[in-house]
Amino acid sequence: MGPDTQAMQKDDLANPGMLSVLEGDALWKAPVGASQKSCASCHGDAPQTMKGVAARYPAFDEATQAPIDLAGRIIQCRAERQGAAPPQREGRELLALTSYVAHQSRDLAIAPPQDSRLASARAQGAALYSTRMGQLNFSCAQCHDDNAGGHLGAAPIPQAHPTGYPIYRLEWQALGSLQRRFRNCLSGMRAEPISAGSADAIALELFLMDRAAGMKIETPAVRP
Amino acid sequence: MARALINVPAKSKRGEIIEIKTLMSHPMETGFRPGMDGQLIPRDIIEKFVCTYNGEVVFSAQLYPAITANPFISFTTIATDSGTLVFSWTDNKGDMQVQTASIQVE
Ligand code: HEC
Ligand code: HEC
Repeated sequence: MGPDTQAMQKDDLANPGMLSVLEGDALWKAPVGASQKSCASCHGDAPQTMKGVAARYPAFDEATQAPIDLAGRIIQCRAERQGAAPPQREGRELLALTSYVAHQSRDLAIAPPQDSRLASARAQGAALYSTRMGQLNFSCAQCHDDNAGGHLGAAPIPQAHPTGYPIYRLEWQALGSLQRRFRNCLSGMRAEPISAGSADAIALELFLMDRAAGMKIETPAVRP
Repeated sequence: MARALINVPAKSKRGEIIEIKTLMSHPMETGFRPGMDGQLIPRDIIEKFVCTYNGEVVFSAQLYPAITANPFISFTTIATDSGTLVFSWTDNKGDMQVQTASIQVE
């Protein structure tokens, strides 16, 4: 990431991701759905109650007995606890709420839950990461471990850390999730994209969060 | 729906040059891009940005389709008197978003 992009990310007034955080703040306080409750009705003041939450997701969900990502948890609260229409993955509302919640963990170290029920999904994510896929027969690891710091065309190859999500990506001209980022790389590999919220996507996210343990959350990050 | 982030120094000295920063939430849809259905997505851009300081225009800009989504505009002016800065963004349909900020000059 070049110095211009870094400067844009660091200045909350120039970082376009902050617009989404601002929108999330308004959504957090707005009563919706059959319950006419807002997120704040149950969770109170987000800077206190949501601090550190994003740093320990994906987590194990008791209700479905499966790993759940932060966006999935928010969909669950909105649909089941607020009685509102479940927000669309990659939709503006969910991205705003997710960036608002994740922003409350900015500068905190990623601390994946030490929950043995997550181990098999994490291992599945690790396997996916090093499996060759698609017509180009690349694995994630070949670029992001073996060639990190190099270039793919003009783009520097990063280490694939999930620290800044949802990110504002200049190429997208919009905010997007980690799982959208996966789909970008997968289509670059000419492999079948993994759908958002699927077990594979959450497994990859679990693995990457574990791999980035101790690194600081940057949400909302700006990326080229 | 649109929202803006604005930064005006809350206090400044008379005669001082102050930097003002604005970030507007807007898709800046060019009108040149086809959507999923092959039809062009209608143009939706901000065409004019104006900042007045106690009623006087201190900065204005004309925006075009090649400008990024969520345009960031920063400029400087001279702190003359305490008062109000009014920012307005007008889109190609004529809809105007207005936001204000106050400044204290000593
Ligand atoms: C009716 C009360 C209620 C409302 C309204 C509600 N939640 Fe929740 N939320 C809960 C409960 C209860 C849990 C704990 C669930 C669990 O651990 O299984 C929870 C858990 C969460 C978590 C995970 C916290 C953690 O520590 O793991 C997040 C994030 C969250 N909610 C976000 C939201 C957002 C965003 C909204 C508004 C869109 C919202 N919630 C609305 C009751 C609510
Ligand atoms: C052919 C090389 C290549 C492969 C294979 C690849 N990526 Fe990437 N990936 C990139 C490049 C290049 C970027 C940076 C793009 C940019 O900045 O424009 C990137 C960016 C990312 C990022 C964003 C990191 C950040 O700082 O926000 C993540 C996460 C990521 N890739 C994950 C993956 C995963 C998971 C896979 C396997 C499914 C994968 N990538 C496969 C080249 C690759």
